[in-house]
Amino acid sequence: MSSSVLYDIPGPRARLRHRVYGLVGALLIAGLLGWVAWKLWAAEQITPENWSFLAEPDILTALLEGLGATLAAAAIAIVLAVAFGAVFATGKLSDHGWLRRPSIAVIEFFRAVPVLLLMLFMFLVFGNVLGTFWALVLALTVYNGSVLAEIFRAGILAVPKGQREAAFAIGLRKGQVLRLVQAPQAVSTMLPAIVSQCVIVLKDTALGVAIGAPELTDAAESIYTDIFYNNPIAVGLVLVVVYVTINYSLSRLAAWLESRMRRQGKPVVHLEDTGEGSGFG
Amino acid sequence: MPHSAVRSSEKGQYLSTLQAMWPYLYDGFTLTLVLLLCSAVLALALGTLLAGMRVSPVVPLRAFGTSYVNLFRNTPLVVMFILVVEGLPVLDVRPTLPGMDVFEVLAVLALSVYTASFVCEALRSGINTVDPGQAEAARAVGMTFGQTLQLIVMPQAFRAVIPPLASVLIALAKNTSVAAVFGVTEATFQLSRMIEATVAPPLVCFLAIAVGYMLIVWAISGASAVVEKQVRAAR
Repeated sequence: MSSSVLYDIPGPRARLRHRVYGLVGALLIAGLLGWVAWKLWAAEQITPENWSFLAEPDILTALLEGLGATLAAAAIAIVLAVAFGAVFATGKLSDHGWLRRPSIAVIEFFRAVPVLLLMLFMFLVFGNVLGTFWALVLALTVYNGSVLAEIFRAGILAVPKGQREAAFAIGLRKGQVLRLVQAPQAVSTMLPAIVSQCVIVLKDTALGVAIGAPELTDAAESIYTDIFYNNPIAVGLVLVVVYVTINYSLSRLAAWLESRMRRQGKPVVHLEDTGEGSGFG
Repeated sequence: MPHSAVRSSEKGQYLSTLQAMWPYLYDGFTLTLVLLLCSAVLALALGTLLAGMRVSPVVPLRAFGTSYVNLFRNTPLVVMFILVVEGLPVLDVRPTLPGMDVFEVLAVLALSVYTASFVCEALRSGINTVDPGQAEAARAVGMTFGQTLQLIVMPQAFRAVIPPLASVLIALAKNTSVAAVFGVTEATFQLSRMIEATVAPPLVCFLAIAVGYMLIVWAISGASAVVEKQVRAAR
């Protein structure tokens, strides 16, 4: 903790004090967790009936299929979002007002509107054509594509100015400068931010439950709404374990990528660098 | 003359459309703002407590803060709603407040515990932007821990914390929409009601609600820009 801005390296008395606080804190936290566990026990939530769904082959298959659909929806959405983001970031970086202004409007609009509202609109109006899965995927695409567009723009602008000037000096055109010089250098700086965005996409696939899209949370919902089970806590805790395992791994990957780039002395673009309304979905 | 007559009747039509949509929008956004304000206050309080734990030198508290953030930040908000809004009534926890029913109160709770993890991270990153040399210098001139925190670290951290905190609040404003999935009749919930009642073409209903959210988002980012300007260091 010597790197903390708040504290000096503790001396013997401070260390003793910290140990006392630590003991008290640990007891309080253990008490809190114990109280929660006792409440669950008293409300008959930790009973075989509530958890028996985990031993039903049919339900497990449905959950695994849901997980597969969740991963598929997230993967398709992130790929489409990257394409969407690249197009609109290029538009926003354009020198032409007729291209730049609509791009800014699109990005600002989709970043300010809740994903759920977009998804419900797509489902209620185009549901017959799209189906639930694509309503979910498209809503995730336009929202995350707009966030990624801002990340891409920040990444391009983070490339040292000399690169751009040198590229123009040797006679490349605007498109070539962006495609051949700026974009390749920007990609690595944006990689951690893109992986972090994958976590947000994966979390937001759970919104599919609102329109009955095939995904993990929707599959899980049909268990706890079953009158025979009626166990939202047990099902919710299983969902927490699955989502946290996947998302925590992705977060660690993003952190690892970032630390590797910092070691190589490369700049790293953050979600927070792109202005308000992003990165905290 | 005929041209202007057409124009004014069109104008009348727009007005009557807005009039037809207004009750839905008013009810929806009133509830959205109530959810936003209550959750913001709770999340800021809980997030500050967690940030205090995460930067403390006491190991168990730090571990608890870190686990909380990793757990809640990586859980989908919908799953949080399942645990809180569907789960707590099973445990016979059914809180109500004056003017708010059980599901609204529970929605505030779910939004708060989720958002608190992001508040914690925003505050922690703010504290970490302060150069350790600042606090070392403060201690070197004999300031106590409280003085160092109050006079040196906090004023600098506060400045760094405003933009990420505004982002968290904007995300919270949009996240209140998830309550619609659990039957809370806030602004997003009103979309299907408005389309069912055919008060206006679906696209118009959608745009009207979208504009409402955009106004909230702009209000928060505008307020954060004003505050940021106020506390900007004179360098």
